[in-house]
Amino acid sequence: MRALDTLGMSVQAIARNKLRSFLTTLGIIIGVASVVAMVHLGQSATRSVTEQIASIGSNLLFVMPGTAQRGPGGLRTTAENFELADVEAIRNEVDGILVAPALTTSATVVVGNANDTIPVIGTTNEYFTVRNHYLDYGREFEDGELSSGAAVCIIGKTLIEEMFLGQEALGANIRVGRTACRVIGVLEEKGESMGQDRDKTILMPVKAVQRRLVGELDVSAIYVSALADGTTGVVQEQIESLLRQRRTPVNGGVDDFYVRDTQDIAQALESTTNTLTILLGAIAAVSLLVGGIGIMNIMLVSVTERTREIGIRLAIGARARDVLTQFLVESIALSTLGGVIGLVIGVGGTWLVTWQLNMPFVISPTVMAVGFSFSVAIGIIFGYFPARKAAMLNPIDALRHE
Amino acid sequence: MTEAGNVGQSARSQPAPYVVEMRDIYKIYGSGATEVRALDGVSLSIRSGEFVAIMGPSGSGKSTCMNILGCLDVPTSGEYWFRGVEVGGLDRDELALLRRHFMGFVFQSFNLLPRTSALSNVELPLIYEGVRPARRHELAMQALATVGLAERAHATSAQLSGGQQQRVAIARALVTEPPVLLADEPTGNLDTVMAGEIMKELVSIREQKGITILMVTHEPDIARYADRVLFFTDGKLIRDGSPAEVIP
Ligand SMILES: Nc1ncnc2c1ncn2[C@@H]1O[C@H](COP(=O)(O)OP(=O)(O)OP(=O)(O)O)[C@@H](O)[C@H]1O
Ligand SMILES: [Mg+2]
Repeated sequence: MRALDTLGMSVQAIARNKLRSFLTTLGIIIGVASVVAMVHLGQSATRSVTEQIASIGSNLLFVMPGTAQRGPGGLRTTAENFELADVEAIRNEVDGILVAPALTTSATVVVGNANDTIPVIGTTNEYFTVRNHYLDYGREFEDGELSSGAAVCIIGKTLIEEMFLGQEALGANIRVGRTACRVIGVLEEKGESMGQDRDKTILMPVKAVQRRLVGELDVSAIYVSALADGTTGVVQEQIESLLRQRRTPVNGGVDDFYVRDTQDIAQALESTTNTLTILLGAIAAVSLLVGGIGIMNIMLVSVTERTREIGIRLAIGARARDVLTQFLVESIALSTLGGVIGLVIGVGGTWLVTWQLNMPFVISPTVMAVGFSFSVAIGIIFGYFPARKAAMLNPIDALRHE
Repeated sequence: MTEAGNVGQSARSQPAPYVVEMRDIYKIYGSGATEVRALDGVSLSIRSGEFVAIMGPSGSGKSTCMNILGCLDVPTSGEYWFRGVEVGGLDRDELALLRRHFMGFVFQSFNLLPRTSALSNVELPLIYEGVRPARRHELAMQALATVGLAERAHATSAQLSGGQQQRVAIARALVTEPPVLLADEPTGNLDTVMAGEIMKELVSIREQKGITILMVTHEPDIARYADRVLFFTDGKLIRDGSPAEVIP
């Protein structure tokens, strides 16, 4: 018997019962579509996280006061903030870096009739490069403004949209806390990143925030950017040993500061999304299994229904293996058909969701290949038992079947 | 088809005076009190080219005998040679190949695959023989023409009359040109007129091709088309001769 004829017979059998064939493959369609969509969406989410982290600033180190979270429970005791002298020390003694101090607070901001509570960051001009967030228009802080702590500010796009309402912002006076403050620049739009609206912010000279808003002469975080790729490790070690000399450790030699790499954060988030992807993929795989059982069920019914047909085939001279192949090819054809339709729907669904959620559209040939092979494998595994049942029929019994 | 070749060769290698030879065939269903002797020690021989009718009352073992002759069933005991090959020594697949290459079957009813055209039904044995599509189509159309159904080639069994369905079944049984045709009550579901047409068809095919025909029937009028009648009662072959001798 020619292979093409076996395939032809199976296709004819499938076409004879179009509705039933479609319903049979529905389980596989849904299974493959959900596996493909889930895994692709997971990969897309991972990609999106990675891209967001890159937008925070690459080779970026956060130096924070407090003990680093260690072990379960993650006890983090508060510690003294840094001083501007610490920032100067890092700037002078560690090579190949840019340093920006940050004193973060939030203040009630009034623009004309609008008022809102806005995060305010006291910093220096290094901030733009280190945090990868540049001016759209206007100017940076002048040296005099930085050293005197002048009441000037650079604002994010959200303020322009929500508070200025079309009025000219550059040169305007706004109220930040109790300070009247002149707008000298506007930051480029950065959008949402890690659940934070980076456009809803005000930058001021660090000394202005210290004196006019907080009333303390300290710095709540230090941002460090390593200028060369792959040097963050060395930079981190140098900063740690420098700060250890300058600060007194809390009880028993535990550092009262910690340094975080964006890479660490990225890895933590990536492993979370990966776990989620595996979980969702596994749930989807269960539906694929259910689809397989559906195929087996229908193939068994079909074998019983077509007992007489099998009898005629056996009388005509079909061998057990001819009947086995015929039914096996039929179930493989069904599940493969379902797999192909499922792939198309899965990829289409992924595209729709990523487009809606503004996520990167990732297509992985590996995932597609695995989804497709799974559907073929399910046809073989769940088709074998019914096919064997058909092949083992005794010709006489099959012919007598009404 | 090398397997076919093996069976075929051994079947042809010995000179076979008889197409079919049965010796002391028993077919026993159940055991003890419920034992049924469907065939109770049957011996018979049929020469190549004979047209044999198998008769007898209902339950006398006609179909059982036919199924064993057609290698669809195996006897409980006894020996059966088909074209000189002892069938008892063959396995399931070898029997299938024997049927494929040397036998054609026509049953009483539901002979055709449902929702399948007459042409596809007739092509079926050729598919199992591995004949290419173009040649298959040609041979099937020829076979349908022989039974006068060339113009109905694309009708499905639901669109054909009972007599036409039987003619398609005959075309399918003969399309591989087997030396033996086995028919179990081929006219059982047809009226006398149609039955007569089918019988004339069989007689003319036999004259053209010189094949051996084994046919079960319980109607004397149908049996008279044969040139030899075997009469069964209670699983035993009790009479064997020309229609005139056997049919009262
Ligand atoms: N699978 C089986 N199991 C048990 N008994 C069987 C089986 N097949 C046939 N028989 C019995 O064997 C006997 C012969 O049956 P068979 O079908 O050969 O009769 P028949 O001559 O063809 O009858 P009919 O003219 O009614 O078709 C009957 O008594 C039947 O009941
Ligand atoms: Mg019978």
